[in-house]
Amino acid sequence: MVDISGLRFAWPGGPQILNIPAFSLQAGERIFLRGPSGSGKSTLLGLIGGVLRPPAGAVRILGADPGAMSGGRRDAFRAGHLGVVFQMFNLLPYLSVVENVLLPCQFSERRARAADARGGRRSEAERLLGRLGIGGDLLARPPGALSVGQQQRVALARALIGAPELLLADEPTSALDEDTKSAFLRLFLEECEATGSSLIFVSHDRTLAGNFHRTVDLDDINRAAA
Amino acid sequence: MSGAGPIPRLAFRSVANRQLTALLTILAISLSMALFLGVQKVKEGAEASFEQTVSGVDLIVGARGGDVNLILYSVFHIGSPTANVTWQTYQEIDGLPEIAWTIPLALGDSHKGFRVVGTTDAFFEHYEYGRGQTVRFAGGGAFGDLFDVVIGADVARELGYEIGDQIVLSHGIGAVSFSQHDNLPFRIAGILDRTGTPVDRTLMVSLQAIEAIHVGWQSGAPTQMARAVTPDRVRALDLQPTQVTAFYVGMSSRTALLRYQRAINTYREEPLTAVIPAIALRQMWDVIGVVEKTLSGVSLFVVFVGLLTILTSILTSLNERRREMSVLRAIGARPWHIFALLVSEAALLALAGGLLSLVILYGGLALGGPAIESAMGVRLMGVRPGLLDAAAILAAVACAALLAILPAWRAYRNSLADGLTVRL
Ligand SMILES: Nc1ncnc2c1ncn2[C@@H]1O[C@H](COP(=O)(O)OP(=O)(O)O)[C@@H](O)[C@H]1O
Ligand SMILES: [Mg+2]
Repeated sequence: MVDISGLRFAWPGGPQILNIPAFSLQAGERIFLRGPSGSGKSTLLGLIGGVLRPPAGAVRILGADPGAMSGGRRDAFRAGHLGVVFQMFNLLPYLSVVENVLLPCQFSERRARAADARGGRRSEAERLLGRLGIGGDLLARPPGALSVGQQQRVALARALIGAPELLLADEPTSALDEDTKSAFLRLFLEECEATGSSLIFVSHDRTLAGNFHRTVDLDDINRAAA
Repeated sequence: MSGAGPIPRLAFRSVANRQLTALLTILAISLSMALFLGVQKVKEGAEASFEQTVSGVDLIVGARGGDVNLILYSVFHIGSPTANVTWQTYQEIDGLPEIAWTIPLALGDSHKGFRVVGTTDAFFEHYEYGRGQTVRFAGGGAFGDLFDVVIGADVARELGYEIGDQIVLSHGIGAVSFSQHDNLPFRIAGILDRTGTPVDRTLMVSLQAIEAIHVGWQSGAPTQMARAVTPDRVRALDLQPTQVTAFYVGMSSRTALLRYQRAINTYREEPLTAVIPAIALRQMWDVIGVVEKTLSGVSLFVVFVGLLTILTSILTSLNERRREMSVLRAIGARPWHIFALLVSEAALLALAGGLLSLVILYGGLALGGPAIESAMGVRLMGVRPGLLDAAAILAAVACAALLAILPAWRAYRNSLADGLTVRL
């Protein structure tokens, strides 16, 4: 699913923050990636997601090499195969809840077709949202009218629509309080299981680690760590 | 893989979402564009009204003098001639083979500040303005009696005159005249439709009537004898005109126009000037037009300021939207999608502003047009949304899009540099 070998990265003008000789993720595997703040977790997700350009050959996803792709193909690849959830502000304030969920289908034919195959993209969006406890008149609301916990679930539905093979979650629970956090994590893992997606779940919160197939400490795989 | 696909819709939703800012921006643009387009309309209207004041007249002939002066007194009733044209000369020219018609004009009297023009029925038959329109009677008709007067639309409206009213003409052209032709009252026989030309502010009588009211006058002042004149006595007199101030000429063949102009300018019996009004008015407008060009320039500048408000509003929103851009990137938007989003938003604001400006402009013209027309004598009611408006809106949209390249480029660069980690 994901194969990293000899990945090095430094932000322009900054020190090398990532030097990962080898790391891999199996299909369907859900891993917990932890590390202190500023250790480079988000940067690594950016490289895997192809938002940042990895050096050619360093990152392989589903057998493809995003580092060797043109910018456009890399973006299309990400749109088609990856779902991303951030810590907060995941949603576009000017689209309704359900429109936000449908957005990936507008940027990716593949995701659109996959959602259509499950009975139409809109009903698929509503189904996912419903499973996550969001329905009724919330669907047409702007995301600003929702609680942070609800917004994160909408973001999750958006990451899941069209069943992308790989989900990247960057501290999606950090903005949630204890109760909503565990409920959200449970839903997240259930849905992940249901779509069969692999997952890299990033957090600095060790207490969550028990729910995953495997826990990876970034400092253990990253030689650039001081 | 999608092309521009979702971007126009996203741009629309994004703009619609920022209601207040968007509304204010659109308002600023629409007002500035309405101003610009309004200036253009007034300019077009003014230019057309001006240049087509005597559109059917091929030549204007008066005593030797400046072209501009001749046009001013014979068409716009501004200023006075230095000399008149003798009746004999007028008759001779009128009889030349390729001259289809002439309209004689005898100026020098007034009524409550409006000029009185002595002429013949030829005026109502041959005078054309605008695109070949002839004058039409709103009521009544041409001269039937010696003491009949036909008045222009503004004269009737401003003085509240109706057919059959009796009025007295004044000698001279000041607003307040002390020499009244009050022993010879006139009857209003006809009222003309509005023309948008100086005719609206004119009273017309026959040439004989001009002779009649000056019976007994010498060098511009009444003698004892003038006081004794009554309508009945005047009717008995021979009122053959002896001179005219100027006359309009219509040619049966335009090819002879220049030849006739030259012939009249070098007329042996009497020093004359003949001008081709179409050319003279065009040249005069080029001089007057400087004002209008300045005004256009200023209003264009205002439009630019309006467009700058788009730039400002997008630039200031850029930082708070950085997160939104990285979300779009994560979902699969390409950097140029981000670029296109901002450019589309700017174009959309300009388009909305441009369309609103048409509503403001043509709504305003529908409401205030008649008032402007009568106040300024500029024909505006025929003005319809046209190619100029479409071109102006298109240009504004293009200009806004061009200006938006700056913030769009910054957002594009940011979205490449930020990756998924926007550090807020
Ligand atoms: N967009 C960026 N531009 C430059 N430096 C960055 C950027 N994002 C992160 N960094 C730097 O990279 C390092 C790792 O950041 P990050 O990947 O966000 O860590 P984490 O997600 O583990 O907290 C930090 O030192 C941070 O300052
Ligand atoms: Mg981070």
